[in-house]
Amino acid sequence: MKKVLSDVLVLGAGAAGLAAASKARELGAPNVVLLDEKEEPGGVLPQCIHPGFGLHYLKEDLTGPEFAIRLFERTRSLGVKVFNSTYAMELLAHKGRRVARAVTPEGITEFHSKTVIFATGAREKNSFEIGIVGHRPAGVYTAGEAQTMMDLHGAMPGQEAVIIGSGDVGLIMARRLALQGADVKAVVEMLPYSGGLARNVQQCLFDFGIPLYLSHKATKILGKRRVKAVEIVKVGDRLEEKPGTEFEMRCDTIIVSAGLTPRVELLEKAGARMDPATRSVAVNELLETSIPRVFAAGNALTINDLVDYAAMQGEAAAKSAAGLTQSRRLSSDRWRPVVKGRNTRLVVPQYVSGRREVSFYGRVMQPEEDVYLKVPEIEVEFRQLRVKPAEMLTFTITSKEFRKLKEGKITVTIEPKQ
Amino acid sequence: MNQETGKLRMICIVCPLGCELEMETGREPKQIVNIKGSRCFKGIEYAAREVADPRRVLMAVVKVRDGHLPVVSVKTDEPIPKRMLLDAVKAISRIEMEAPVKAGDIVIGNLMGTGARVVATNNMRKAD
Repeated sequence: MKKVLSDVLVLGAGAAGLAAASKARELGAPNVVLLDEKEEPGGVLPQCIHPGFGLHYLKEDLTGPEFAIRLFERTRSLGVKVFNSTYAMELLAHKGRRVARAVTPEGITEFHSKTVIFATGAREKNSFEIGIVGHRPAGVYTAGEAQTMMDLHGAMPGQEAVIIGSGDVGLIMARRLALQGADVKAVVEMLPYSGGLARNVQQCLFDFGIPLYLSHKATKILGKRRVKAVEIVKVGDRLEEKPGTEFEMRCDTIIVSAGLTPRVELLEKAGARMDPATRSVAVNELLETSIPRVFAAGNALTINDLVDYAAMQGEAAAKSAAGLTQSRRLSSDRWRPVVKGRNTRLVVPQYVSGRREVSFYGRVMQPEEDVYLKVPEIEVEFRQLRVKPAEMLTFTITSKEFRKLKEGKITVTIEPKQ
Repeated sequence: MNQETGKLRMICIVCPLGCELEMETGREPKQIVNIKGSRCFKGIEYAAREVADPRRVLMAVVKVRDGHLPVVSVKTDEPIPKRMLLDAVKAISRIEMEAPVKAGDIVIGNLMGTGARVVATNNMRKAD
């Protein structure tokens, strides 16, 4: 069997993986190998043709393909070895090394490495996962599939579309379809608020007069060979269907935009500790999983609002991995759990040492106004004008602030104004 | 828009924060006299432009002959009037380029008299 050796092995050449591979080289890791399942690097970026990428990370407003080109040119110029059309199937351990067994165009190859960074991204939830019944006619796509069709292959998914779920990719596709002359009948959202960024509701729906049905649920797809209509019903506060409110909306295309799930099956199978809140692996502040010398970044770690955050997590993981190529152990820290308090759905990282500065990413459960994000153990608080489940919270706690921490856990909690 | 009170609400689209702007417009319909809700000066600039002359950057795809994929992504290099978006997409759809294409290549020099250029945003190599 073919064997490839490296110091840092990065899985996935999307924003997080490209940033990780480049950063690892810049920090002196001699041998960095990057695997990607697609023929072209960039992950989902090449099909995200709208602007809005890179404002934080590159201080420029770029489209997805432009952002990917920038990242890939840096990766290439730094001498990262890139394997395209390569799919990692299994993560193993062998003589103190981590081994990813992968299918490549040359057959099965074992990639042996001191460290591994999972930047494997996320997959979309499909219509079966959100409980829609009916036949399986043509014309049902996830938002990402519709985006691949339109923006990479120049094909229209249909002419009369209903979008189920108001995640950002669904909103972006509503606009793309409208611009391309399709009739976008509605975006249907089960919750009483949008799952996407407010600016996308404005510029993708309201700009084009596309109605947003909040607190409505699609229950059934009608049509045998091709989608003919979708059945929609109003839902109440506890998402219960309200009898007598059902109606049909005619359409030939249904686009499901019901959110993303991190792709970390390989890590789960290898025994990494999981966090049910992020549906991914739990990590410490070095972005290291419970499997030593294996790291996670980008949407594989937690679903990010911005590609910039994914790239920054890639760099953070690379910093940890590159540090390990010089010494055997990363740190002798004792890890304290990060506990979720009031109105806190998820927090990454899940463990901290209290000895260094940490960038946190979090999400709330319910929208609220004028609240404080608090870490009571160290008396830190950040005022938030608004918090929404669709909008990621980011905050940094410095090592100085951590000095107040005594024994035990830290809590991240959202508290109303006193 | 509520015509009677001269009040206007919109969500700022400049950055992902999505500030909810509340404005009062003056006697001149295209003038703002008061604005609330913006977390930075860009929101105020955006609101002024949005009331006077709403514009958007347009993105689309252009057909490519002999490319490794059938279309390449493009954008306008400056925002164009919002009311022209749909016609502009039709104009862009009629273009056909030949591979190879480099990101930054100019596809249309002056889009429908707006002065905006349409530029490629991705590379497209010749099909093998």
